[in-house]
Amino acid sequence: MGRYLVRRLINYIILLFVAISLAYLLAATALNPRALYEVRNPPLPPASIEASLRQYNLSDKVPILERYWIWLKGVLFHWNWGYSPTGIPVGPEVARRIGVSTRLLVLGTFIGIISGVAAGAWSAVRQYGVRDRVLTVISLILLSTPTFVSATILIILATDFNNSTGIPFFEFTGETGQQGTEPLAWLWDRLQHLLLPTLVLVMVNFPFFVRIQRNLMLDSLGADYVRTARAKGLRKERAVMKHALRTSLIPTGTYFAFSVATLFTGAAFTETIFSFNGLGQYGVTTISGNDVNGTVAVTAFSGVCVLVGAMLSDVMVAILDPRVRLS
Amino acid sequence: MSEQLIGEQVVAAELSGETDNPTPEEQRSGKRLNRRQLIVRRFLRNKTAVVGLVVFLLLALLAIVGPYVTPWGWDQIDDSSFLSPPSASHWLGTTQEGRDVLALTIKGLSKSMLVGVLVALLSTSMAALVGSVAAYFGMIVEKTLLWIIDLLLVIPSFLIIAVISTGGPQGAYSWLLLVLLLAAFGWMLTARVVRSLTLALKDLDYVQAARFMSVPAPTIIVRHILPNISSLLVVDATLNVGGAILGETGLSYFGFGIQPPDTSLGTLIADGQSSATVFPWIFLSPAILLVIIVLSVNAIGDGLRDALDPNSGASGRAM
Amino acid sequence: MSTDTTDRSTATAAPRKQRRTTEGTVLTVRDLNVTFPSEAGPVKAVRGLNFDLAAGETMAIVGESGSGKSVSSYAMMGLLPQNARITGSVKLHGDEILNLDDARMSRIRGRELAIIFQDPLSALTPVYSIGDQIVEAIRTHDKSVPKAKAMNRAVELLDLVGIPNPQVRVRSFPHEFSGGMRQRAMIAMAIANDPDVIIADEPTTALDVTIQAQVLEVLKTAQRETGAAMIMITHDLGVVAGIADRVTVMYAGRPVEQGSVDEIFYAPRMPYTIGLLGAVPRLDASEKQPLASLEGNPPSVVNLPPGCPFAPRCPMHQPDCLTAEPPLVPTDRPAHTAACIYSDTIATRELGYADIFPVPDLRPSSLEQAPRESRPTVLELQDLHRHYPLMKGAIFRRRVGTVYAVDGIDLEIRKGETLGLVGESGCGKSTTLLEVLQLKPPTEGNVVVLGKDVREIRSGAERRELRRDLQVVFQDPMASLDPRLPVFDIIAEPMTVQKMDKQAVEKRVRELMALVGLEPSHADRYPQHFSGGQRQRIGIARALALEPKLLVLDEPVSALDVSIQAGVINLLDELKTRLGLSYLFVAHDLSVVRHIADRVAVMYLGKLVEVGDVDRVFDHPTHPYTQALLSAIPLPDPEKERSRQRILLTGDLPSPANPPSGCKFRTRCPKFQTLSESQQQLCIDTPPDLFDLGVPDHRSACHYNAELQVI
Repeated sequence: MGRYLVRRLINYIILLFVAISLAYLLAATALNPRALYEVRNPPLPPASIEASLRQYNLSDKVPILERYWIWLKGVLFHWNWGYSPTGIPVGPEVARRIGVSTRLLVLGTFIGIISGVAAGAWSAVRQYGVRDRVLTVISLILLSTPTFVSATILIILATDFNNSTGIPFFEFTGETGQQGTEPLAWLWDRLQHLLLPTLVLVMVNFPFFVRIQRNLMLDSLGADYVRTARAKGLRKERAVMKHALRTSLIPTGTYFAFSVATLFTGAAFTETIFSFNGLGQYGVTTISGNDVNGTVAVTAFSGVCVLVGAMLSDVMVAILDPRVRLS
Repeated sequence: MSEQLIGEQVVAAELSGETDNPTPEEQRSGKRLNRRQLIVRRFLRNKTAVVGLVVFLLLALLAIVGPYVTPWGWDQIDDSSFLSPPSASHWLGTTQEGRDVLALTIKGLSKSMLVGVLVALLSTSMAALVGSVAAYFGMIVEKTLLWIIDLLLVIPSFLIIAVISTGGPQGAYSWLLLVLLLAAFGWMLTARVVRSLTLALKDLDYVQAARFMSVPAPTIIVRHILPNISSLLVVDATLNVGGAILGETGLSYFGFGIQPPDTSLGTLIADGQSSATVFPWIFLSPAILLVIIVLSVNAIGDGLRDALDPNSGASGRAM
Repeated sequence: MSTDTTDRSTATAAPRKQRRTTEGTVLTVRDLNVTFPSEAGPVKAVRGLNFDLAAGETMAIVGESGSGKSVSSYAMMGLLPQNARITGSVKLHGDEILNLDDARMSRIRGRELAIIFQDPLSALTPVYSIGDQIVEAIRTHDKSVPKAKAMNRAVELLDLVGIPNPQVRVRSFPHEFSGGMRQRAMIAMAIANDPDVIIADEPTTALDVTIQAQVLEVLKTAQRETGAAMIMITHDLGVVAGIADRVTVMYAGRPVEQGSVDEIFYAPRMPYTIGLLGAVPRLDASEKQPLASLEGNPPSVVNLPPGCPFAPRCPMHQPDCLTAEPPLVPTDRPAHTAACIYSDTIATRELGYADIFPVPDLRPSSLEQAPRESRPTVLELQDLHRHYPLMKGAIFRRRVGTVYAVDGIDLEIRKGETLGLVGESGCGKSTTLLEVLQLKPPTEGNVVVLGKDVREIRSGAERRELRRDLQVVFQDPMASLDPRLPVFDIIAEPMTVQKMDKQAVEKRVRELMALVGLEPSHADRYPQHFSGGQRQRIGIARALALEPKLLVLDEPVSALDVSIQAGVINLLDELKTRLGLSYLFVAHDLSVVRHIADRVAVMYLGKLVEVGDVDRVFDHPTHPYTQALLSAIPLPDPEKERSRQRILLTGDLPSPANPPSGCKFRTRCPKFQTLSESQQQLCIDTPPDLFDLGVPDHRSACHYNAELQVI
């Protein structure tokens, strides 16, 4: 098992290396940091533009492989992920933003997943009942509504509420705002700012897990072993809870592990709309800002997340499924 | 397997048209339905799916005919009304530049639908090809293709598409590049499913039989394997339309996808979103249309899945 | 009856177990009907089932797929889907249990009424250990039993059903058990609460014969231990003959004949039962007897026409058979009922299956009359080996060993001859067949097809040429035909590959369909419109398209119902004679092999253990494995079954990746255990060759060859 994991890890590292290298080469070719300097007013002298670009290893006059090599050495030997066109080091920026994203995402993702799994299992047992149909339609609607629409609609509604009641209860810009002086005011403030984005994240994760869990549960409801459990004398509800649900949670566990690990990758919309300076928003701004190194760093981080997710999924299966654990 | 819960099986068999050879009497009684009729029948029984299909067709009609019947052209500017709410002359209001929201939305709708359908066709075909080839040939071919799939899954597609379309050629046909990119990053998961289905099919006797007759491999894949996973491919292509529309609008929302002056639902939503709390009509029209179209596609996909797969639960289940 | 009848009224409220009756009727079923809704109309799966079951008695319900035999047992257990409409009465100890609510039924299920399912893998929950699942069965009905005590009981039960090392195995998960062990665990679970009635639903269908013999033995033990009545649901008449006291034969959802096992087997009064018995090939028939062919297929239970449902297939049927469905009425014999208006005619004229059903004319071909040695060899396997690497790991697969799937076999088939290759699953017979079909060089040794050495095949074109003469018929008639192609395209495919002229193909397809007994005008239909037997005929037509010389038959009838099976066997017999074909017939059913084969080869773990003339090997089996295999097969003859002594093999087949040294069979060999230590050493050290036995065409690979009569 240990050797197997090591081999697997090596494969992942190779995969990651190729993926990040490709991302670098693509970003360095497609993005044009020079444009940032050229539009300055008053115009900068070409020589000084070139000097700044070369300082940050961003000059398109340097052959791309040479730039790649410099960048690679920096990453491998100094853990230096390069600089933005304005000279801000990328590494620390990413690290800071991971913190911001985590604070934003964890709550909503977990609530969404757990409630989704519960609702999915609940709904499967009532297949084609009224409640099942309602839930199915709701999750279908939520699934078809992109974040930038649901978030904006929430904001419109929240604004209406704030305006009509005159109380600025809903907050939707940034992590923190004006705080009162009472004890724990800071916490209240943060929660107020988290409320809407968390709701949006629940709306993303909930329907996805409702559907997964419902389908898995339906599969295991018809399984022979549930029938065996009932033949032993278990009541239907108990047979379902103990046998069908438990077995159907194995694949859910893998999705869960994967979703948690890839938490950061899908958050660009939520972060941008609610003005959280997190990693997703960083990915978007670096691309529109022609920030080659920043883009690559975000790509690399997402890649790591995906692979950690894959690994975690395997671990999760091994924990939940004796067939995997014991072979 | 000879007689497990025969009731279920009889029912399932009836549904999938796999009953025994009909005697002439049975045929005359007209009770038997062929597979296609059964699928249609089961699909039609799913109200959500039927509504989805009708809505989708209506929207497609709107996208095609709309530009000829709306009072305003999408690039026409009405100097007399800027940011006006819905009214008799501008049914859905106007934008800051005085353009008609209805005309713009229809224009955006047609582009988004076009992108969605093209991407879905391309990516599902790609998935079918790669998945079946990988599984059928096995060995080094399979390993290589699986590795490429893994690689593409590790690369965050959203960022890479954004990077390439930012640096790529601009112009009236740049949306075609976007179609290619969305397709290029949208086939991997389906390809994996196709692969595992092909692996199962490959061991089935009729594929073996073809092999033992020296039927060439490409013929086996096209004649025996792909038709037998067509249910999956149809469902997948349908759901991919929704996925592709969401992908396109998401990218366009950030300014990476469809580029002005071209218009899609994504660019319209992005334009309207900044002032959504003050002038909601600019945002709401394309946004609601987007949700409706994705919803209809998803409903069709679900209905198709249930209709094509007798085990999906549409025919009732034990307990 | 019950000695504890006083609290009968509270029995449903408190989970107190009633005293078991040791005599008298335990279960009474009256007019049981089950209907399912379906797209095409209501499916009447069971129609009017009646029977009484006494304590300790075993009743078999026999029928083919779709006859309603399993549905009726699920109906009694209350385990059918909610959309099933169940009417009638099922009384357990005189209390009505049909359509009880789930809570009340749950107290009966598993405690008084237990069931053993067919497929022991899917019937056990994969994520709980065997012990936990048995404990659950115990504690569901009696919470007062402490967990530790219940676990001890689980160990006892596993020991009772013959699982070695039960203290350790109780902690195993289902996937760590072999099929036979899982079925034993299922039995242990079923008898955990001392039930009054055990329903066994095809409990051995998924198992190999030697394992089947073990499990049937365990079932008998379990029944003896609990004193329970048993309902045995099966399609295998041999199993019925060995275990049942009484028999109910079902057809199209309806019981058509009921009586004691001897009555049903020796004095059947319903043409369907007679035909069924006549359609089974007999292991104990040295003279090749023709099989009854029941034409047609069981009717669909959706829209049953009036009249006897068997009438369309019954050669005896008269116009009055079609007016009303005949009820189950007493016959000339005591306690024997049959649903046929002509059962008296059958009784008085003493009609047997050959009098009622058409039987083929079995004249040997002119080829077969020529001495074997003078006929050309069509297939020769020379020291054939096929080894596979045993791989592990998902991404970096690495070799951890070798699977010795086929480990050195020699065989030859002469023109016009049928060689039966038999053995249990995992013995390497399918691999052998693939080696022949692939026409590629094996790991070691050689395959020579029609004089052509496969090692010398250089091009795909050459291989394609050779394939004209070598064709295959597969086991599963559903899986062997592409469901998306019309029958015409399926049969035409081999000819298309050989680039035959279109018009010739057209003509040939119609010819072939007629040849195998299909209506040529059905060529534009899809496989799913045909029944299992007809699909198998399509498969045979496809195999014959290019007029091959050698047909490889991979279990061609094992997926078919008995009544259908006989027709296909008869067709194969006839084609062989008419077209001068040679067959390599791979099967696990030795009765079928005895019927159809001229010679037989028995395989065990990649090696041949006994080869020879089919009658010689079956009547004088010399290798201990052949003896055990033959003795494990139940005969459709209750009297013979009662007097037969079974050789029960212990344990499961060893892994072909790690076979025992010397003689591969020694770990399970009954003879090995009787040998002295020095004699055993020879078995451990030296792999036995196929020794000539001094009689023509009979060789056996045992160091201590000795004949034994086992049938």
